[in-house]
Amino acid sequence: MSLLSIRDLTIALPEGADRDHAARDISFDLAPGEILCIVGESGSGKSMSANAVMGLLPEGVTPVSGRIDFDGRDILGLSEKEMLALRGSRISMIFQEPLSALNPLMRIGAQIEEVFEAHGALSGAERHEQALRLLTEVGIPDPQVTIRAYPFQLSGGQRQRVMIAMALALEPDILIADEPTTALDVTTQAQILELIENLRRKRNMAVIFITHDFGVVADIADRVIVMQTGEIVETGSADEVLLHPQHPYTNALIEAIPRLTGDHSGGRGDTGEPVLSVEGLCKTFSTGSGKFFGKRRVVDAVQDASFHLYKGETIGIVGESGSGKSTLGRCIVRLLAPSKGRVLLEGEDIAHMPGAELRERRRRIQMIFQDPFSSLNPRSRVSRILTEGPIAYGATPGDARKRAGELLELVGLDASAMSRFPHEFSGGQRQRIGIARALALDPAIVIADEAVSALDVSIQAQVLDLLADLKARLNLSMLFITHDLRVAARICDRIIVMQKGRIIETGPADKVLRDPDTDYTRSLLDAIPGQDYERALAGAG
Amino acid sequence: MRDFWKRYCRNRGALIGLLILTLVILIAILAPLLFPQSPWKMVQRPFLPPFSQGDLLLGTDAVGRDVMAGLAHGAYVSLLVGLVSTIVALAIGVPIGASAGYFAGRVDDALMRFTEFFQTIPSFALAIVLLATFQPSLTFVIIAIAIVSWPPVARLVRGEVLSLRTREFIEAATLSGLGNLQIITRHILPNALPPIIVLASLMVAQAILLESSLSFLGLGDPNIMSWGYMIGAARTVIREQWWLSFIPGMAILLTVLALNLIGEGLNDALNPRLTRKSK
Repeated sequence: MSLLSIRDLTIALPEGADRDHAARDISFDLAPGEILCIVGESGSGKSMSANAVMGLLPEGVTPVSGRIDFDGRDILGLSEKEMLALRGSRISMIFQEPLSALNPLMRIGAQIEEVFEAHGALSGAERHEQALRLLTEVGIPDPQVTIRAYPFQLSGGQRQRVMIAMALALEPDILIADEPTTALDVTTQAQILELIENLRRKRNMAVIFITHDFGVVADIADRVIVMQTGEIVETGSADEVLLHPQHPYTNALIEAIPRLTGDHSGGRGDTGEPVLSVEGLCKTFSTGSGKFFGKRRVVDAVQDASFHLYKGETIGIVGESGSGKSTLGRCIVRLLAPSKGRVLLEGEDIAHMPGAELRERRRRIQMIFQDPFSSLNPRSRVSRILTEGPIAYGATPGDARKRAGELLELVGLDASAMSRFPHEFSGGQRQRIGIARALALDPAIVIADEAVSALDVSIQAQVLDLLADLKARLNLSMLFITHDLRVAARICDRIIVMQKGRIIETGPADKVLRDPDTDYTRSLLDAIPGQDYERALAGAG
Repeated sequence: MRDFWKRYCRNRGALIGLLILTLVILIAILAPLLFPQSPWKMVQRPFLPPFSQGDLLLGTDAVGRDVMAGLAHGAYVSLLVGLVSTIVALAIGVPIGASAGYFAGRVDDALMRFTEFFQTIPSFALAIVLLATFQPSLTFVIIAIAIVSWPPVARLVRGEVLSLRTREFIEAATLSGLGNLQIITRHILPNALPPIIVLASLMVAQAILLESSLSFLGLGDPNIMSWGYMIGAARTVIREQWWLSFIPGMAILLTVLALNLIGEGLNDALNPRLTRKSK
């Protein structure tokens, strides 16, 4: 018997959107104790379909036909008051970004107790006890202390555990998880997935798990639904869909998953003199003066980092969030001033170089940023974004424009893009513009800071291919900062692993990924989702 | 731009505000044509009530001057003072706020303490002191108003710049070799513009009120007819000839209201995501 049954659900988007329907003719069933994964790229309507179940569609987005049956009633016909009783108690939800989903000014315990309060369950003392029990159940270390903590005092993974505790408070029949691990590190992701799996087994709770990552799907799903532009293109048991996909779109998505077993024969071109040498680089952040007001807090973000980057080589810098990898990248290009150490760019130390000289040197080392939405000025046309750098370094506007046209072609965009604004492009296209901007000054070295982590897998694959191609054609050296070992495996010749501000392992990509020296690297590798599946695929093919 | 206009029009109040302001601007521009005589000239017996004579629609004041003519010429002065002093205040506040936000650290500390110095003095009292010290000409009225009204601009711009400064496109601009001035003028300020425009529209209204208050106290330019002066001159006869205060008072009220409505409309149009639900 199915717990939830959706039939021919169609959700209309407001006028002026890029398509008429967020979701069209969606039908599926959910059995008790089942984990159903809905997979698709951003904009495929997967979140909208789940939000419809919760009655949480944004303004202007309305279900126009179909029904959602839960417990013998059509949810779409319920009043707001009836929905309130249902939400949280029978069906609950967890979100991608646990920090923005928690109230920053409320203690963790109070936020969990509030769930009981909202549904008028239990007395004050019992609520506190239940909150404690829930925190223990979701595996929060030291729940007695955590219950009095504020959200900012917890790590991302702990916050997500708190969110899960809140969602579980009233023992719902269905848990909807909307990309709950996307913002987390691999190791934390693995723990959260295990937690969800355990809770499902213990409570016989049904889970709708929305994700774009097939690795995660392979690890957790019983059944899979693949969505594309608002329609279900494939549905079936996890094994069927993952090992014998029928629809070409499913195939494309599976193809696009970056694999650990990449080809690293490209290797470094010529050795000899390194283009970039980092020697003993340290970066210390301190807050508070330590004089009058409060204690001085010192954080060693990067400690004693040293490595060489050779011409035509790509080094991957991997590590969990907070490991100092982004700080290292920003210190190298001097967006942050290093506290100690030397950064030799083509033989010159730029770590402590003053303004004007630095500016002249810095055109040789450029950066590609993580977020394609905040890295382009929303009020500048693409032509200006691409030409202002060269013009600042003395190129004539005419030359700069011509070069910008060539660059757009190089990154696979049409020259007509020149006169448009960033918001007219998709995430992947915007990242291409960011790459073109980095190349506009003819750098020798490009630092890519999580350059593909905000993109969908299929777009990710395209951008990685583009970077690999550009690197080979222009003989660039690249520092590729990422938290995703699978992405690093795909593009890097050598890999540097960072933990808590220190470089703990350096070596050729093959070696680091197959036979790492440190336990930490091994734990990172073990946490990558979908490894059994990858082996199964390799065995089958 | 079409979108902007469409969102602006969705706010009914903002449209009414724009209508009133257009009317006031038209009257101000056409004042020398409609009333070629000086508004100070006596034309009839004093205290002529409104609508009692065909060519003197709003009657005459305590010395027999045409109220309608005073109103039209006063509109010109009010708008001029409002606009120019706002522009001057922006010219002081924007660079100070932008430098404080962008350079942070000591520069920020120094500039913000300087701003706070002006903020802690009651603005009206400061304006009175300034005008009492200098001669009360139109130029000094404008300067005095600008000096007391720039601190909020500086604070707003600083806040906007602080949040924009950490965005990745600013880092990208730094890496592209752009200088600080270029980054501020080309990348930061255009993105900080919407709240500044909204604030400016409200500042014009504030400035008109300030000018009226100063004129009421007799600190305005004695050679220029303004709404505040008209109210001030009529205050002695407020019980017998109340309309002499009421009419220019309404003019001030409507103009300030119009500017506030426009400010709200601009806010809706420039920050579509913050738009309150209109049902």
